[in-house]
Amino acid sequence: MNARRLRVSAIAAAVAATGLLAAAPALVARESSHGSIERGRYLVYAGDCAACHTDERGQLFAGGRPIPTPFGTIYSTNITPDPETGIGNWTSDDFYRAMHEGVAPGDRRLYPAFPYPWYTKLTRADVDDIRAYLSTLPAVKQANKPSELPWPFSMREVMAGWNALYFKQGTFKPNPQKSAEWNLGAYLVEGAGHCGSCHSPKNFAGAPKRDKAFQGGYGEHWYATSLGGDLHDGLGQWSVDDIVRYLKTGANARAAAFGPMAEVVHDSTQHLDADDLHAIAVYLKDLPPHETGTRSASANNGNNVDHDRLARGRGVYVDDCAGCHMDNGEGIPGVFPPLKGNSVVQAQDPETVVHIVLSGEKTAVTRENPTGLAMPAFDWKLDDQAIADLVTYLRNDWGNHGAPVDRDKVASTRSTIVAARTR
Amino acid sequence: MATKLPPVDVVLVGFGWTASILGQELTDAGLQVLALERGSFRDTVPDFATTQIQDELRYAVRNELFEEPERETLTFRNSADQTALPMRHLGSFKPAAGAGGAGVHWNGQNWRFLPTDFMMRSHTEQRYGKRFIPEDMTIQDWGVTYDELEPFYDRFEYLCGISGQAGNLNGAIHDGGNPFEGPRKRAFPLPPLARSYGTVLFDKAAKEAGYKPFPCPAANTSKPYKNIYGVQMGECTYCGFCEWFGCGNYSKSSPQTTVFPVLLEKDNFELRTHMSVTKVLLDSSGKRATGVIYVDPQGREFEQPADLVILTAFAQHNVHLLLLSGIGKPYDPTSGQGVVGRNYAYQITSSVDVFLNEIVNPFMGAGALGQAIDEFNGDNFDHGPQKFVGGGYIALWTTGGRPILQHHLPKDAPKWGSGWKKAMADNYLRTVSIATHGSVMSYRDAYLDLDPTYRDEYGNPLLRLTFDFHDNEHRMSDFLTDKAAGIAKAMKARDIHVKQRKGHYTIVPYQTTHNTGGAIMGTDPRTSVVNRYLQSWDVPNLFVVGSCAFPQNAGYNPTGTVGALAYWAANAIRTQYLKKQGPLVSA
Repeated sequence: MNARRLRVSAIAAAVAATGLLAAAPALVARESSHGSIERGRYLVYAGDCAACHTDERGQLFAGGRPIPTPFGTIYSTNITPDPETGIGNWTSDDFYRAMHEGVAPGDRRLYPAFPYPWYTKLTRADVDDIRAYLSTLPAVKQANKPSELPWPFSMREVMAGWNALYFKQGTFKPNPQKSAEWNLGAYLVEGAGHCGSCHSPKNFAGAPKRDKAFQGGYGEHWYATSLGGDLHDGLGQWSVDDIVRYLKTGANARAAAFGPMAEVVHDSTQHLDADDLHAIAVYLKDLPPHETGTRSASANNGNNVDHDRLARGRGVYVDDCAGCHMDNGEGIPGVFPPLKGNSVVQAQDPETVVHIVLSGEKTAVTRENPTGLAMPAFDWKLDDQAIADLVTYLRNDWGNHGAPVDRDKVASTRSTIVAARTR
Repeated sequence: MATKLPPVDVVLVGFGWTASILGQELTDAGLQVLALERGSFRDTVPDFATTQIQDELRYAVRNELFEEPERETLTFRNSADQTALPMRHLGSFKPAAGAGGAGVHWNGQNWRFLPTDFMMRSHTEQRYGKRFIPEDMTIQDWGVTYDELEPFYDRFEYLCGISGQAGNLNGAIHDGGNPFEGPRKRAFPLPPLARSYGTVLFDKAAKEAGYKPFPCPAANTSKPYKNIYGVQMGECTYCGFCEWFGCGNYSKSSPQTTVFPVLLEKDNFELRTHMSVTKVLLDSSGKRATGVIYVDPQGREFEQPADLVILTAFAQHNVHLLLLSGIGKPYDPTSGQGVVGRNYAYQITSSVDVFLNEIVNPFMGAGALGQAIDEFNGDNFDHGPQKFVGGGYIALWTTGGRPILQHHLPKDAPKWGSGWKKAMADNYLRTVSIATHGSVMSYRDAYLDLDPTYRDEYGNPLLRLTFDFHDNEHRMSDFLTDKAAGIAKAMKARDIHVKQRKGHYTIVPYQTTHNTGGAIMGTDPRTSVVNRYLQSWDVPNLFVVGSCAFPQNAGYNPTGTVGALAYWAANAIRTQYLKKQGPLVSA
């Protein structure tokens, strides 16, 4: 199992030079190609490569999955070793350049929907291992689909400008002020895990705002909550063990993963070792809260929310939600997540909670938690105003804080979900 | 001409409780398993979504989750001198169509049969003498004992997360449970459900009458539960919509809530829905099944080869398929020879409505929320003076208070208009009903065969049911009903309405979907279709699983025993058949 563990190579590669871990094990497990392939496989899990590079009902890693972006739809590519349609003809330098610089052979610039702004942090050794593993996959002959981006984004040269403005190339540099475990967590979160590609706010050009890293952002019609230390809409109330349990099993006493995060847990984090998940949690718990002062002023326990709206919202809640989430909002531990203290419910942007009320969603399926309990859709019975009242109520009872939600917000989310369904 | 498909190790015909269990167990053994289901796929979300499923008109009255008689039905007559006619509406029983089968829409009343139930003939003869059993009563022993089935009852209960109170733990009788039950090795996985006020009143009255009431074992979870396969269930909300409905919040045990999440994820399992199996194919020797023929919704025929064929459809559908496939000798009631279709049995039920002065809030219910007494079930009492065979439990269930079908009015209440409305308003919150759930023995003249006149959409003869209640059952049921009325009076009722089951069996009003027999298990190929492991005597690579294996019916709901038999058969296949394919019992 040692060969699978990222701990050895990541810590050794990232930290050995700085001497942070004097007693760190020497760089082992490079003596056999098997070890290299196994670690590559593990890193492919950590990087969640399969999620994008495999289409629904398609062959593994053969690409073709549509990736919606604010600029248009692009399609993931074939990364099997097929020489014609895959990456079988790429050299290891070609592969490293794609991962590190976002440039494919022939100087073809990649779009940052491929998370090279994060993968750039991976060490050369780890990237070589990933390639070693991908080389063992069965080659699938499947031509890549052209992107559906309008001009000027259709011209890949545009990305040179984007990179100049927003892309910072460079391997992960450990912070000598922090522990080895923290650094391992940072390497995983900011590198292979590319958590910030959803959980960070983006600017008009789709680039993550570096000064607001991990403060919550959009991805595929969902709002990914803040990973910062905020008490209401971040991980402030979560313990390290809560985070580990969530990433390993898809649920903990505070929350259950659904939507895109259910896929991340299913395809990626459940496969990671407990030590690596613990390191991720230690790093995330060290992220600062954001804008605490302004938030408590803007939403103070519903005092500035129309009481009639709260009463109407509670009526909807008792009729449609309390059967599972319970009258006190505490849910049933391990079964139905609590809404009290729930960071999704209290997120700055209510997109996700509105989305799930409209569409329902299945929770993450993992080896330890195979059930995939699902919430049904309510779009067929609750109109925009009823959902706006309900969500406003959820954000302002049981000690929850959150700004009121208006009907237009629900209408807009409803239309994007319908568009996504019929795409 | 059927299109021949690539072979599989095992084909399951029908995808309800028994198929889910066999599918899970046999895929665990490494076999490639295919299930063929005539209905559609259904799951908690979206099909039984809470706040959508609580629709009595759609599901209970308009029968949305059941078999459609316009597609599949049977013909019925009370006796061989009548001409059977096809059932064009669902009546006294309601089989399901679709994934999960009747496991989706049951109440969750989950019992074990008594040890003596499995030795019905030998025990009765031993205690009361051979002449005690009427000549035309064809009851027999099962070929399997309670003790042999106990681990498999246990497994099914821990699959489902049954809520209950043990009455007999390893032979030690425990207060508050059923003192008459067979010994169980360990307690129920979950404590009993919360009591309804109606069951509290019944409990008090029954105790005053000298009985030992106990909470009925329920496949409605009293607490959250993670089962033997790691599948998570919720906690019952007592919404009162169990029977005829799927459960919206994962708290009624069904194939969907206990097996599907793990089984459907497996690479060596496949489910094909909307596929109707019309025949089991045999090789030229007639002693080996080679697969099945099924028809898709476009009417195309496919041949699905398989090494092992397991019939896991509803009881009479298994029998129908055996008859259509020419497997086993069809039963002939004139000569008493033959086995397929023999010993069809059912259930005889009655009730006593109890009109109280107190409010009991009937709408706060669960399908198996009940309190029962078992003094008059099986052979728990001396039948000598009564001169009948069999028995049943007496229970007060609080299954719900749905407005259309779950209200009770006094005998003299008007049937319509303002008087009816007033009677409803006066009685809805103040009525409970005590049910009796009686056994039905098997008889020479109660059987299943192929109808000579009516055919189904594929041109095959419909199944014909010939059945009536016998004097033995009426006397037993009247005896139970008297006892129930005694408890009702002790509940300080302002009025009671005793509803005995009178006269001929009629297939029109709903009674129970507890149809049994027709492919019964036993120790002798001359009197049974399958051996004690549910393996066909004639075709050893064919197993037939379900309540069709019951030689006669007991005074309990059948699902617990159906589940135990499915695990028992799965275990025999895994531990014996796969090692040495062939008959597990020599004829």
